[in-house]
Amino acid sequence: MQLLNKKPESLLDVKMHYCPGCGHGIIHRLVAEVMDELGIRGRTVGVAPVGCAVFADTYFNCDMIQGPHGRGPAEATGIKRAKPDTIVFSYQGDGDLASIGMAEIVHAAIRSENITVIFVNNAIYGMTGGQMAPTTLMGQKATTCVEGRNAKQAGYPIRMSEMLATIDGATYLERTTVHTAPGVVKTKMAIKKAFQNQIDGKGFSMVEILSMCPTNWGTRLDNPSEATKFVAEGMLPVFPLGVYKDACAADKK
Amino acid sequence: MAEKKLMKGNEALAEGAIRAGCRFFAGYPITPQNEIPEYMSWRLPQVGGAFVQAESEVSAINMVYGAGATGVRCMTSSSSPGMSLKQEGISYAAGADLPIFIGNVMRGGPGLGNIAGAQGDYWQATRGGGHGDYRCFVMAPNCVTELGNFPHKCFEVAFKYRLPSMVLADGILGQMMEPVEFKHPEIDPKTLTEPAWALGKCEGRDKRIVKSYDLKEGGVEIMVNERVQRYKAIEQSEVLYEEQMIEDADIVLVAYGISSRVCVAAMKQAREKGLKVGLLRPITLWPFPKARLIELSKRVKNFLVVEMSLGQMVEDVALAINGRANVHLHAKPGASVITADEVCKTMDKILKKEAKEYAAVK
Repeated sequence: MQLLNKKPESLLDVKMHYCPGCGHGIIHRLVAEVMDELGIRGRTVGVAPVGCAVFADTYFNCDMIQGPHGRGPAEATGIKRAKPDTIVFSYQGDGDLASIGMAEIVHAAIRSENITVIFVNNAIYGMTGGQMAPTTLMGQKATTCVEGRNAKQAGYPIRMSEMLATIDGATYLERTTVHTAPGVVKTKMAIKKAFQNQIDGKGFSMVEILSMCPTNWGTRLDNPSEATKFVAEGMLPVFPLGVYKDACAADKK
Repeated sequence: MAEKKLMKGNEALAEGAIRAGCRFFAGYPITPQNEIPEYMSWRLPQVGGAFVQAESEVSAINMVYGAGATGVRCMTSSSSPGMSLKQEGISYAAGADLPIFIGNVMRGGPGLGNIAGAQGDYWQATRGGGHGDYRCFVMAPNCVTELGNFPHKCFEVAFKYRLPSMVLADGILGQMMEPVEFKHPEIDPKTLTEPAWALGKCEGRDKRIVKSYDLKEGGVEIMVNERVQRYKAIEQSEVLYEEQMIEDADIVLVAYGISSRVCVAAMKQAREKGLKVGLLRPITLWPFPKARLIELSKRVKNFLVVEMSLGQMVEDVALAINGRANVHLHAKPGASVITADEVCKTMDKILKKEAKEYAAVK
């Protein structure tokens, strides 16, 4: 009998704490499959964020570091510069990356740090219990904007991929989604490219992945299609999918 | 005798760190420590190391957190306002048991304060500074040669006991030029054993995790208590201080860093007038030379703490002496320089019993 599919070696066989319908589990698996396929597990160091994915340090089967909220790209910079032959990825949520860690991600891109960033955007703070994120949609309810986000008080959602695309140092930026099966496949291809770029020494790569958070969105846990519908109808118009920067083919100027 | 070089204090600290095996530096410009990142930016590449000018002190300390996790000897440096920004990262490094090294060149505060040398960050340096229960190994040089040589000890202690270490200097020491003698043999990092916790290549071994958290009930208590054992060992074995003319002293001046140099001058003036004055200079601020102070307090009646702050180290002195002798304070905050004459006047008052004790209620 031939084994056609198995759990990736880069992911440990441990019970994850993620809520039903959460996208982190899918994204963890995709990152792990890519590490397996590229054969880099044995020299990869992952940076776990603060937030729901804080325990990613126990799930991935590679060396891991966990540090302060939003500072993943700085930690990754230190690791990569100190040990250039390692493969370094920073796994971050939208509160971590687009709010408290805005400076770190922007400057990692400016320096074109040769790292890979996995940016999970679910438009809400998860771990702390559903507060408004910089990516929260207009009108979307959160525990710190119970009537829904309004521009007068809280401004507008930030589009990180588009913003980082203006930076010369950014090599590869793509926004994907995991709310559909084709989206999952495309996300994996994007993650693989983002790691391959690092292997090839091409500089800063980030994949922004739209992901579900049924618990904090208040969509029904027993009906996951409510959450996927929120991605499709709420998030996609604000965060269009696509490649925002690809300076791999033609060398950056 | 080793070669002597004329160097600025900041440059000596940077060169000393490299000679002690430092191969990664991240920092951010702030006066009066700018010569450290400037020096590192051209010198580190010469020895195969990496320099990053970070976007902020916050980012710099986290780059060092990352680099330190790989087991590489690494450092950052800053001055008072910037050190405040680094405290988050230092707390994480302490919580993750990372042996990072920090050069701290104090200036006047609080707030933006000024850019002159001061000693107002003693509490921040010796009390942890960031959140949570932790310690940093802190050394206070009082000359450029010590700035050049203390990084060696800081790395040694940091790696032996796994905690952040710091050289606490000030703007005067950082900016002054003196002949420097590098006393330790230069360390080639390639000859150092990679620590058993270092991140990098998990091929052929179990994965490793560097982290400061444990959400299990009692988890952090266990982590901190284990650390406390190492702190106790440091307090036992790593205390350093210098004494001058202490044997017959009626008054012992207690001062660290630049203030100790003023005290040497004051002590000489007083001795010329026939006063029996000695000096105790703590070299490690944590661990503090508590045991030596206790011993001295059995014989010496008066201690005068001299510091360029509102009076911070005086609390450690008072705690150690615990009422066994009189503790007085001569302090000047705001980066104003203390003169030997002023110290002599205070000593006169103490001997005439006109000076108020530091801890006196009325």
